[in-house]
Amino acid sequence: MQALRKHIHPGWFIIAPLLILVATLYLSPILNILWLSVTDPEPGFGNYAKLGESDALVRIIWTTVRICIITTIFSVTLGYSIAYAMVHCHQKQKNYMLTLLLLSFWISILVRTFSWLMLLGRNGLVNGALQDIGLIAEPIAFMRNELGVLIGMVHYMIPYAVLPLLVSMEALDKRVMDASRNLGATGTQTFWRIYLPLTLPGLVASTLLVFILSLGFYVTPAVLGGGKVLMVAEYISVQLLVTLKWGTAAMLAALMLFGVLAMLWIMSRFMKLSTVFGGAAR
Amino acid sequence: MKSGLFSHFNRVGAWVLLLFLVTPALIAIPVSLTPKRFLSMPKGELSLRHFEMLFTSEEWLSSFFQSAVIAVSTSLIATILGTLCAIGLWRVSSKYSELVRAFLLLPLIIPQIISAMAFYRLWIPLGLLDSYAGLILAHTILAAPMVLITVSASLATFDPKLEQASKNLGASNWTTMRRVILPSIKPGVFAGALFAFILSWDEIVVTLFISKFSVYTLPRRMWNGIRENTDPTVAAAAVVLIAITFIAFVIFVISSRRNTKKTVS
Repeated sequence: MQALRKHIHPGWFIIAPLLILVATLYLSPILNILWLSVTDPEPGFGNYAKLGESDALVRIIWTTVRICIITTIFSVTLGYSIAYAMVHCHQKQKNYMLTLLLLSFWISILVRTFSWLMLLGRNGLVNGALQDIGLIAEPIAFMRNELGVLIGMVHYMIPYAVLPLLVSMEALDKRVMDASRNLGATGTQTFWRIYLPLTLPGLVASTLLVFILSLGFYVTPAVLGGGKVLMVAEYISVQLLVTLKWGTAAMLAALMLFGVLAMLWIMSRFMKLSTVFGGAAR
Repeated sequence: MKSGLFSHFNRVGAWVLLLFLVTPALIAIPVSLTPKRFLSMPKGELSLRHFEMLFTSEEWLSSFFQSAVIAVSTSLIATILGTLCAIGLWRVSSKYSELVRAFLLLPLIIPQIISAMAFYRLWIPLGLLDSYAGLILAHTILAAPMVLITVSASLATFDPKLEQASKNLGASNWTTMRRVILPSIKPGVFAGALFAFILSWDEIVVTLFISKFSVYTLPRRMWNGIRENTDPTVAAAAVVLIAITFIAFVIFVISSRRNTKKTVS
């Protein structure tokens, strides 16, 4: 024991409990799922070959990727605008904005989904209001289609898009922009040629973060899509809980996992990951 | 910058967006006050019958209770494990410890649906499906990284010389930890505990997979209500959730403000 202590830093002894817990109860079943994807129902790459055979699977993956891309574009663009406004206003106003942003982080996803259900339904508040003021004659279908899923997802993802952008904008040296203006560039030029490129790391981090989080999103698509918009996460849950087909689900999970890890790797090249997560948790 | 007009428009836009983030959730308040038996906006008269329903229904009350038990236990265990781990990683700080840190943050970033699959897969042979222990363990694994982050952030501002001084004055490792390190990272530990509580209290995806009959948490019951989409009791439950979130948020803001004041003065 004494010899052991000499070689191992005592800090490891208090790291161990959590490390062991996560390794045994989290990592091992995930590895098991990866293993299942090439062994269930029979060994080989049969599950992956289905991607080439089944149109349904390809359509589900395409729907997921498309919705994630659109969600990401909207969330990051709107998030950029919010972050920009927050950095360029008085401290007091910024604090109010930050409070609203964090508050929205904290509101339960179920409460939000429920609210959208009330607002966007056929007899929902939005349709009712539009009909009352005579803008539309027939209710618009906001739900049970991709539009509803997109509204719900963008609404959920905007705060996640803002935080990495905020970190990177606050770290900027304002004098660079002053220098650009002094050298005769217009405000627009300064923004496109100086400001935007300098905030690129934050932009990349924010884009990837939102995309990763959107990929596995379950609650909003399942409710607001109303069964009409089938995304990978919901398909996995149907495979496991209803048809009990582990193989296909495991294959999709493996694809998703590798996608996420690849994006994390790209992200780590642009930004220290801990700052992104640190920001996201606060 | 001189582009005043653009900045101005952008600021107005940002405020509209921020309000768009928060206000839709408030729709649950009027809906919960409807006197009708189905989900609708109240016209004229208001009624508290759905709140009465919520607080007298055995099912909803048991869900409140179960969620509270699970969230408090999760928060407790995740805070202890996460804090110890963060201190350990901070003390070791080597190449390997950074690797371990990155690994331990994975449960936060790996899509919830995959986490749900993983727990479901393992909980079947372990017999943990549909049990308190199963849910608490799963939530603890998801929540501990939150604690790790907040405590690590606190440790980053802690002066290691204080630890050295304490040891030089003859304090043991344990005393140093309890009397010197822990008091200075208290804000991080507290924030971590709160985040862990909220995460477990709100968690639905993993819960959907690993709970069935005997453990039926609040989010689980709300999920059912939302899917059925008829009973206004869900709206009342949503209002209660909003209120709880709001209270927790205020506590968080006040305590973090007090802490920043302390460090300034």
